[in-house]
Amino acid sequence: MVASQSMTAGAIASNFDTARPTVSKHLQILTECELLEQKQNGREIYYYINAKKMKAVADFIEPFRKMWDDRFNKLESIMKQYKSKK
Amino acid sequence: MEQKTKIHAEDGKQEIVITREFDLPLELLFKAYTEAGIVEQWMGTKVLKLENKKHGSYQFETTDPKGNRYGFNGVIHEFNMNRKITRTFEMENAPFDAQLEFLDFERLTDNTSKLNMHVIYRSVEVRDQLLQLPFAQGINMAHTRLEYIVSKLK
Repeated sequence: MVASQSMTAGAIASNFDTARPTVSKHLQILTECELLEQKQNGREIYYYINAKKMKAVADFIEPFRKMWDDRFNKLESIMKQYKSKK
Repeated sequence: MEQKTKIHAEDGKQEIVITREFDLPLELLFKAYTEAGIVEQWMGTKVLKLENKKHGSYQFETTDPKGNRYGFNGVIHEFNMNRKITRTFEMENAPFDAQLEFLDFERLTDNTSKLNMHVIYRSVEVRDQLLQLPFAQGINMAHTRLEYIVSKLK
């Protein structure tokens, strides 16, 4: 959500079934980990994603690569067995 | 350790290239793509139809642990034994258009081979959405975990 735009805690919370204080706690933890950054705008605090830090935590493509890597590893081991059976 | 499967995805392009070198002779690698029983094993899917020929088509179906079925299908545009498969790929009941796939198989040595998979999507947006699907699933799991940890803090 916050990847596409900065949002207030209230706007973020309205997307979850979780209680508002729980969401605030999540945001606090994510901010402490520097995954989210805060920006004061009048009375509201906006949260936005720290893309650099996110990149460090998980490359967006890595899970996709891992999925194919797992498949291909399986292919390789199946075909090695297939070869030895023949 | 060097990663065996590589993904090349440039920003702002509607294509990706997946490459992988196998510890397998070319013929065995190619067979893994053409024999239904073998495809079922490594793709973890049921093969309903697999016609390895020009103008042929294929149809796969996977079932998740909850029993939901997901269909995939496509048309074979070119079939060149031990060399190349050009095909389309489409997820059924999904908001994504079909994608075009060029699979090039290459012999490296008697016992090693390489697969080059070039995939072209309808748009940059569709490509990025599909690339992020496994990432999004991972985030959901992380969120559930975070929720659990936070609930213990309370």
